[in-house]
Amino acid sequence: MKINGNKVTSLHDAIKAHVKDGCHLSIGGFTINRNPMAAVYEIIRQGIRNLHLYAHSNGQGIDELVGAKTASCLEIAYGGTGRFASTCIRFRKAVEKKQIKIEDYSNYQMTLRFLAGAMGVPFLPTRSSLGTDIIKKWGFPVEFRQKNSRLPDRKLVELENPFGAWCDIKKVVLVPAVNPDVTIIHVQKADFRGNCRIEGLTFADVEQAKAAKILIITCEDLLDDDYLKNMPDRNQIPFIHANAVVHVPYGAYPTACYRYYDYDPIYLKAYAEKAKDDKQYHSYLENTILNKKSHRDLLDSLGRERLEMISADKNRGYAKNLDRRNPVET
Amino acid sequence: MDYTLKEMMTIVAAREIRNSDIVFCGTGISMLAAMAAKNINAPQSVIFFETGAIDSRLEDLPLAVGDSRIMYQTSSNGGLLDSFATMQNRFTRKHIVGILGAAQIDIYGNLNSTVIGDYDEPEVRFSGSGGACDVASFVSRTIIFMKQEKRKFKKRLDYLTSPGYLNGPDGREKAGLPKGGPDRVITDMGIMGFDDHTRQMFLKGYYPGITPELILENMEFKIDTSRAKEVMAPTPDELELLREKCDPLHLIL
Repeated sequence: MKINGNKVTSLHDAIKAHVKDGCHLSIGGFTINRNPMAAVYEIIRQGIRNLHLYAHSNGQGIDELVGAKTASCLEIAYGGTGRFASTCIRFRKAVEKKQIKIEDYSNYQMTLRFLAGAMGVPFLPTRSSLGTDIIKKWGFPVEFRQKNSRLPDRKLVELENPFGAWCDIKKVVLVPAVNPDVTIIHVQKADFRGNCRIEGLTFADVEQAKAAKILIITCEDLLDDDYLKNMPDRNQIPFIHANAVVHVPYGAYPTACYRYYDYDPIYLKAYAEKAKDDKQYHSYLENTILNKKSHRDLLDSLGRERLEMISADKNRGYAKNLDRRNPVET
Repeated sequence: MDYTLKEMMTIVAAREIRNSDIVFCGTGISMLAAMAAKNINAPQSVIFFETGAIDSRLEDLPLAVGDSRIMYQTSSNGGLLDSFATMQNRFTRKHIVGILGAAQIDIYGNLNSTVIGDYDEPEVRFSGSGGACDVASFVSRTIIFMKQEKRKFKKRLDYLTSPGYLNGPDGREKAGLPKGGPDRVITDMGIMGFDDHTRQMFLKGYYPGITPELILENMEFKIDTSRAKEVMAPTPDELELLREKCDPLHLIL
């Protein structure tokens, strides 16, 4: 791996080089914000299969990866996109029809799992989920876990506090570390070597980035080294973690990118509608994703007005007057 | 005065929030209730989100807890690690009230937001825990929004996603959970509390035009109704502030 130097590449090449069939993958963002959607669509276009996905609440991106049948296993806390789909539709269908193996954790547990991976320890403790079915019921049976060297033999482990009653706590739950083969995040600003500046909430992007063997960064603005290093206290991820940097304006579209653009309520609502019907969903997949050469091509087909509609106010970071009430596809 | 059941539920929840509370909220009506409390009866309360935003200005109503609208003018924009640590932290957790919803609830306020049917062969799959199990495990009290339906108030949950009092008064302690648990359940018919000794749900109030009997008919398990009183309807002031300050575009109401 090249630690230093220019890591800029194309999205096609970054996905081709690093995201293989059977790859263990995590994506950044949260529900309808800063999902690396351009990369998600490129994975779908390249027909990658049998991905093992790790997610906390990476709503839209995960639903599209699951819907397009790129994944066979999913470890997740929440499959939803807020008011657009309280339960993501393709996710729900795939689980109900048993087209995908699923393991349930909580958001904090998944975040700690990434942190453990980033720290290089096998597990971390929390008090979350004691007494619940999240501990008792396993989606991946023991035999499946034992056969797969990439999975820990146990989902979660309860442990009596080994320090006695220290901190007045009797028991903790240990969550196993996650080290994805690849993490893909979309950030506002990155430089040629892969230093990253995330604006607004970081969600769990930093932990996910540092837990992975390979980190692919897509960014709104690709900058010179000096630019980001001039205000280092605003940067979260140093270049030493990065393997590929790709300049993809609107790379989170149709999800939001704080200070750049809002989510597109027309796209997200239309998607949620089409996802309900297999035929309509397949025509969406065919026409909106597979028949487009690139993310640029997808954006061009929507027209400039759509992107202007979601353009963020510089001060607020979102589109103040965006009509979110009755978004209609024209 | 005319009002909708959604408005009634939001205001009933808002009344439960105090000035000293830090309010964790999710998407939809729970976010609206937190905003209503800030605008009506608890202006000093603090709203925070699992995604890491604390004391967001909320000039516009967010449609998800990952909405950029929660990132504008906050005390700090952190991440998931920060927010859940704040709830698990032995000092800050005492000030936090969580607002949750679920597909099923039982008499001890345990919640299911994962599946209907068998976990391995689900009839219906829901979103899953998200941060709900974390919140229910950690914080000092929770307010739960539910629809008053027999299939939702269950003798036995299909899956226990988020802990209430588990199986009785010492359920949480035996399991190793911190003190806390559900404080109120707010439905489209009334409001429930939890008995200090048995930790079982009881009827605290019913809305104008609703009877305790009607509420019992819409639950699979029986609860004590002897303490129930009629809940005060929303006042014109409450309604005006809710409609004009919190959700003027009717995104949720």
